Amino acid sequence: MDSDLSPQDKKDLDKFIKFFALKTVQVIVQARLGEKICTRSSSTPTGSDWFNLAIKDIPEVTHEAKKALAGQLPGVGHSMCVEISLKTSEGDSMELETWCLEMNEKCDKDIKVSYTVYDRLSVLLKSLLAVTRVTPAYKLSRKQGHDYVILYRIYFGEVQMRGLGEGFQTVRIGVVGTPVGTVTLSCAYRTNLALMSNRQFERSVPIMGIIVDHFVDPPCGSQRPANMGQPCNYRAPDDDHGEAFAGVQDSQEVCTTSFSTSPPSQLYNSRLSYQPPLLAGTTELCHTAANPNQTLHAGKEDGVMLHPAQPYHATDAHLTLEHMPNTPASCGDDDNLSHSGEGRRSASPSDPVESLNALTRKVGAFVNKPNTRLSASMDLPFAAFAPRGLDSEDNDPMVHPPDSPSCMSPLQASLHSQGSEGSGQHDDFVMVDFRPAFSKDDLMPMDLGTFYREFQNPPQLASLSLHISSQSMADDLVDSLPEKLAIYERNIDEFDAFVDMLQ
Amino acid sequence: MNCRSELLEVTVEARQVEESILSLLHTILLHRSTGKFHYKKEGTYSIGTVGTVDIDCDFIDFTFVRISSDELDRVIKKAVSEFKDALSISGNDGIGQISLEFYQKKKSRWPFSDECIPWEVWSIRVNVVNLANEQERQICREKVGEKLCEKVINVVEVINRHEYVPKMPTQSEVDNVFDTSLREVQPYLHKITYQITDSLGTSVSTTMRRLIKDTLAL
Repeated sequence: MDSDLSPQDKKDLDKFIKFFALKTVQVIVQARLGEKICTRSSSTPTGSDWFNLAIKDIPEVTHEAKKALAGQLPGVGHSMCVEISLKTSEGDSMELETWCLEMNEKCDKDIKVSYTVYDRLSVLLKSLLAVTRVTPAYKLSRKQGHDYVILYRIYFGEVQMRGLGEGFQTVRIGVVGTPVGTVTLSCAYRTNLALMSNRQFERSVPIMGIIVDHFVDPPCGSQRPANMGQPCNYRAPDDDHGEAFAGVQDSQEVCTTSFSTSPPSQLYNSRLSYQPPLLAGTTELCHTAANPNQTLHAGKEDGVMLHPAQPYHATDAHLTLEHMPNTPASCGDDDNLSHSGEGRRSASPSDPVESLNALTRKVGAFVNKPNTRLSASMDLPFAAFAPRGLDSEDNDPMVHPPDSPSCMSPLQASLHSQGSEGSGQHDDFVMVDFRPAFSKDDLMPMDLGTFYREFQNPPQLASLSLHISSQSMADDLVDSLPEKLAIYERNIDEFDAFVDMLQ
Repeated sequence: MNCRSELLEVTVEARQVEESILSLLHTILLHRSTGKFHYKKEGTYSIGTVGTVDIDCDFIDFTFVRISSDELDRVIKKAVSEFKDALSISGNDGIGQISLEFYQKKKSRWPFSDECIPWEVWSIRVNVVNLANEQERQICREKVGEKLCEKVINVVEVINRHEYVPKMPTQSEVDNVFDTSLREVQPYLHKITYQITDSLGTSVSTTMRRLIKDTLAL
């Protein structure tokens, strides 16, 4: 009970839990940036590295976390949760995982706050670092880009796992007993990603990694088109252009760095006891729970999106954060996107797909290559990739695309081999060119995908052409055979002598 | 006090041996290392800061976190490389087991040497398989990645039980508990040993040789 805890220990414990919560959020969000994280060890303690771990603080994330906590600490029945979700370029979103920092009533009265609790919280943070890289959302976040982005949302209160779908898995990262309760850190993650992939294939069939702004020069310092909303850009703390973010003064509190070598009473099998829920602050907690919107971004669809400015070529630790205001529940609708302040996909009033169509219809893969070897035969599946035939270019849909309002990917063109029919269902298709990572299309007019496809279907050598070769062989035989026979008959004696010599 | 022992088993291709073992050893060492201790007067000490680095595996769809210490990374890589070479020499059907043992030193009086008392041993048993084609290799790449994810979670679960770890030593005894030879970080005293069993069942063990050597050194 609190009466057994000295005021200094209570103060220290509250501070430890507060900064542990803030660091937990930082670790989770930074693990979903889509980039590898690298921090340096330092043999000399700086006093600002909580739990003796080099975890950088992204000011916006700290701000969001503090806003969500609103001066509270995770307590019994009031957990701090970080929800990670995915949002596609079409506006579909899906929750991927929920990380929960909870406190239960089991107390460990005999544990030393100043070292043991601190040390165990440090170990728990290390475990969090390791586990954030092994959940399925990590791989998705590393591949985020223009097709989808990863968002996070911090809320305080009751844990919500409804959005994780059926069959979600739970991982308990660890527990730390304290004199006021047991801190538990866990993660629930979605296992069923089929919903997302089905919806993707309803609209478009990307071959792989399609970047929709292929034909749009990205603005300087960012790969986002200029007509998108304004994000809150993050600058690394050591950047000259970085500005101190309001409200981070608390994070400058010096963390505990000195420990005593007098034998600590580290009782690892200490007794556990239960204590009744805290009465102090209950009213305040209820108030917070009754008005979650005061501490949350309202609505499940909201969140703060994070996306590195340069998903493939980033060398700096740039983080693009976009603060989404309240949106209606049906924010999967493109219209809502255009009205909300949501960054990545909100555009000018025109439908982003249509604007992309207008751009991509000008040039598309396989369209303006007169030496293409892809035929136009529309009777066979995958006919577009068949060896070159004798069809004229006039009938080649690759050269003259059908008058569909949207463009199709090459795979779609071959699957829907009737050309312009079914254009209604192709309205949402966007024909884009495949641009592999690290490719430079300004140097080579042909990209890797095109080269590979053409390489797979080289034209047949003329000399190996069956009818030509067989015809030429037959002609040769017919023309030269009589002469050869005449020569052999004239020299028959020589041939006989040669044969006798061999025998 | 009994030594805590944990066994992790992985089935990998030959080219995945090093990365799979490194990922698990580094995950364990991440939890079993602290910053450098700086002892002050009045019996207090401060602890340095530990950085971390994300490492993407080349042959496995997997990313793990290791401590930001090139010195420690070199030591671990050297040991794993020796194990991998021994495993490949033993032939394709060999099974290998590499162990990371954390121990404490207990000072003994002359002429006896210091006693090493293990308090935690992590053993990784490696089964090497041969795959016939690229498609199987691609599947293996993903499957091994998933298996390693499970192993990392297993490691984390064991460590967060907060069972016995040596208590924090005084300045005079810090070398009995921690490896203070590294510049930036301070892992618990540890050693890496391995054992190869080839298809004939014969066992080549570095541990046995070391025991005999230690006995003869008395």
